[in-house]
Amino acid sequence: MLTTIAGRTVHVNDEGFLTEYGEWDEDVAAELAGDIGVTLGEEHLEVIRFVRDDFAAEGVTPTLRRISTVGGVPLKRLFVLFPKKPAKKIAYVAGVPKPVGCV
Amino acid sequence: MTTPRPVPSFDDGPDRKLCIICSKGSLDMAYPGLILANAALGEGIETHLFFTFWGYEIINKKTMEHLQFSPVANPATHMPTAVSGLPGMQGVATRMMRKQIAELDVPAVPEFLQMITEAGGHLWACRMSADMNKLTQDDLYDGVEGIISATEFLDISEGAQTLFI
Repeated sequence: MLTTIAGRTVHVNDEGFLTEYGEWDEDVAAELAGDIGVTLGEEHLEVIRFVRDDFAAEGVTPTLRRISTVGGVPLKRLFVLFPKKPAKKIAYVAGVPKPVGCV
Repeated sequence: MTTPRPVPSFDDGPDRKLCIICSKGSLDMAYPGLILANAALGEGIETHLFFTFWGYEIINKKTMEHLQFSPVANPATHMPTAVSGLPGMQGVATRMMRKQIAELDVPAVPEFLQMITEAGGHLWACRMSADMNKLTQDDLYDGVEGIISATEFLDISEGAQTLFI
């Protein structure tokens, strides 16, 4: 469906996840983050940028383990930056699909 | 024309708690509990792992890196029984399984336990298994929070979904 985020028209799925990679920018991210109670700081954005770059390169959303081992952000930190359900929250804010990997 | 967008409710829903009893010490039976625990933690579920009997192999510093997979008496390997029992076959099967696990970028046991504790998971060891094997906390992976009795485990698991593996 089409909706408006940060003043621009974007496509989202039934759950509210962006479906078009190119429709994302950091203003959109800030509004998405605000929806789920996260205030984006530079540390959040570093995670988000890694996830977007990795998705663009690999075609799949990285798991928490990959964000940690390849992206270099300690797992503990991910649970602080995006509490409770970090993998889904990160994907939501980054404008990529929910990760499908088990580990 | 755009419509109001749905917002996922990540933080709603009941607080869930999961307890996994790990009672097996083979490579193939160690992973189901570890993988489920890791997934549960990523979903914000309070997670406890209780290691008992052969499950001690997973948290014993001496054995945790050397878990084995045996094809013997496992029809799912589709290997003739006479072949699966040949000398050296366990080593071959174990190496093959380790390779497959690594290819999926799934970590080895010690690193997996570290991942679980960093994500806020709790590791507990069974009192009777420690006594039987004359093991103390020093023999166990550092992330193990304590050696506890069955009764203490029941206290911890109150209200939890419990899995026996």
